Amino acid sequence: MNAKGTVFKYGDNVDTDVIIPARYLNSSDPAELASHCMEDIDGDFVSKVRKGDIIVAQKNFGCGSSREHAPIAIKAAGISCVIAETFARIFYRNAINIGLPIIECPEAAGGIDAGDEVEVDFDSGIITDLTKGVSFQGQAFPEFMQKIIASEGLINYINNQ
Amino acid sequence: MDKDMGMTMTQKILAAAAGLEEVRQGQLIEARLDLVLGNDITSPVAIKEMDKIQAKGVFDKDKIALVPDHFVPNKDIKSAEHCKCVREFARRNQITNYFEVGEMGIEHALLPEKGLTVAGDVIIGADSHTCTYGALGAFSTGVGSTDMAAGMATGKAWFKVPAAIRFTLTGRPGKWVSGKDVILHIIGMIGVDGALYKSMEFVGDGIANLSMDDRFTIANMAIEAGGKNGIFPVDALAEEYIKTHSQKSYRIYEADQDAVYDAEYTIDLSVLRPTVAFPHLPENTHTIDEIKEMEPVAVDQVVIGSCTNGRLDDLRIAARVLENRHVAKGMRCIVIPATQAIYMQAMEEGLLKIFIEAGAIVSTPTCGPCLGGYMGILAEGERCVSTTNRNFVGRMGHVSSEIYLASPAVAAASAVKGVIADPEEL
Repeated sequence: MNAKGTVFKYGDNVDTDVIIPARYLNSSDPAELASHCMEDIDGDFVSKVRKGDIIVAQKNFGCGSSREHAPIAIKAAGISCVIAETFARIFYRNAINIGLPIIECPEAAGGIDAGDEVEVDFDSGIITDLTKGVSFQGQAFPEFMQKIIASEGLINYINNQ
Repeated sequence: MDKDMGMTMTQKILAAAAGLEEVRQGQLIEARLDLVLGNDITSPVAIKEMDKIQAKGVFDKDKIALVPDHFVPNKDIKSAEHCKCVREFARRNQITNYFEVGEMGIEHALLPEKGLTVAGDVIIGADSHTCTYGALGAFSTGVGSTDMAAGMATGKAWFKVPAAIRFTLTGRPGKWVSGKDVILHIIGMIGVDGALYKSMEFVGDGIANLSMDDRFTIANMAIEAGGKNGIFPVDALAEEYIKTHSQKSYRIYEADQDAVYDAEYTIDLSVLRPTVAFPHLPENTHTIDEIKEMEPVAVDQVVIGSCTNGRLDDLRIAARVLENRHVAKGMRCIVIPATQAIYMQAMEEGLLKIFIEAGAIVSTPTCGPCLGGYMGILAEGERCVSTTNRNFVGRMGHVSSEIYLASPAVAAASAVKGVIADPEEL
């Protein structure tokens, strides 16, 4: 499985309130949530994002509220992968549970710039910045999580058991 | 497995819940759940996922708690539809612990009060502040809606066994220093990801000087340091709380003497000062003494309430500050008792009269303003001193508004002065 797209770059501690503000949480419709994704820190995100694009951020991405609406909004906006130095733990679980690929890689988080073309190979964990011509080794998932990801989410995994 | 390595309090609870003699940091386990919680924002998403699970129905109708509290009483039609979805699910599955308007409160104040969370429990909640119940010696942690759905269906959840940081609390806090100041001090010290993926285990003789409400506040904000859970030892006071509120059997766990911690801190409560977190992260803390050296921070609104600070102790402290005083001209001061029982007790003690005479308003229990839902949304550029738990960009309203997190004492004093103020200097 691969992801390939243009990078949107963010800093430390991107919280789930800015990923999807609570004023929109009276909806749980993925498309509606996606239409407000990131709007409090990046008003251009929704108009610029294209299917397959990649978010790269620094540490503690997805901190704060447990709202699953955050990874749902990101996924429905077309993002194919989020790369960060570290993820907040609830966001990490939620992303895996809903089948949004995420990958921890401090080197990639530091080395990739906004607008770069990036390709991620999920099997090997290798992240390639095609613009710069450099590669980074992302952290592979434990086997148990790989099974959830391969099932395309926790619910399918439970149904398969 | 290495028998030489002791387990933390959290690890012992998780081992028991997984049916294992021992667990160690990093191990993936499946644990049985004593309670699965959701609210009006997270439950509808979970219910939708539940419908996709082939196993029909919930694992135990007595071990699920559904608490509509965020946008309740319904703030608009869409919120009403969400609440209706939760209500109908509760009826369909005969959920014992569904709390309708009139009996509901803010979930993390309500569940301990209703005796649903006791020592030794393993609890997941689709709300990040589920970590609150660690004050009672439970392992409890926030998850998302899909985990909630899986938990409701199977009664189990997977966990990665966390490492821990130990905080040894000593001494007695000063007059205006509360649990809120303790946890803001800690978050200021270790940062908003200082406990990422880890347990925050609180120990030490200083704990005896903290009320249960103080401990709930501290455990509640473990997530604001990135923590997986915050947990307190079960002392006489905690045991008394459990016995007073619950019929459930409970089990007291203690960390092994030789448990291993990633880091250890000792905090002398007697030297802590009232502490305020400035925008836009809970780690941006300043003591009240530092603030007095700055240009005064003018405030438009004060919120006293939330799962962090809407309990009886909090209201009593705020009332002590506001009694025979009045909020500043132009100040909006919103007081939100966290549950109906707290509301009633505050009424009987005359606290509500004090608030209303001081020019504050008193609301029915709701999370409302804390997450920018309703009941106190901020306009462009406005500032709020709030006893809530997050001061992220846009959290309480306009993207350029600002939230200063503080204790009830500092919040009440700031309401009177119109600027961030020291309750000692009114």
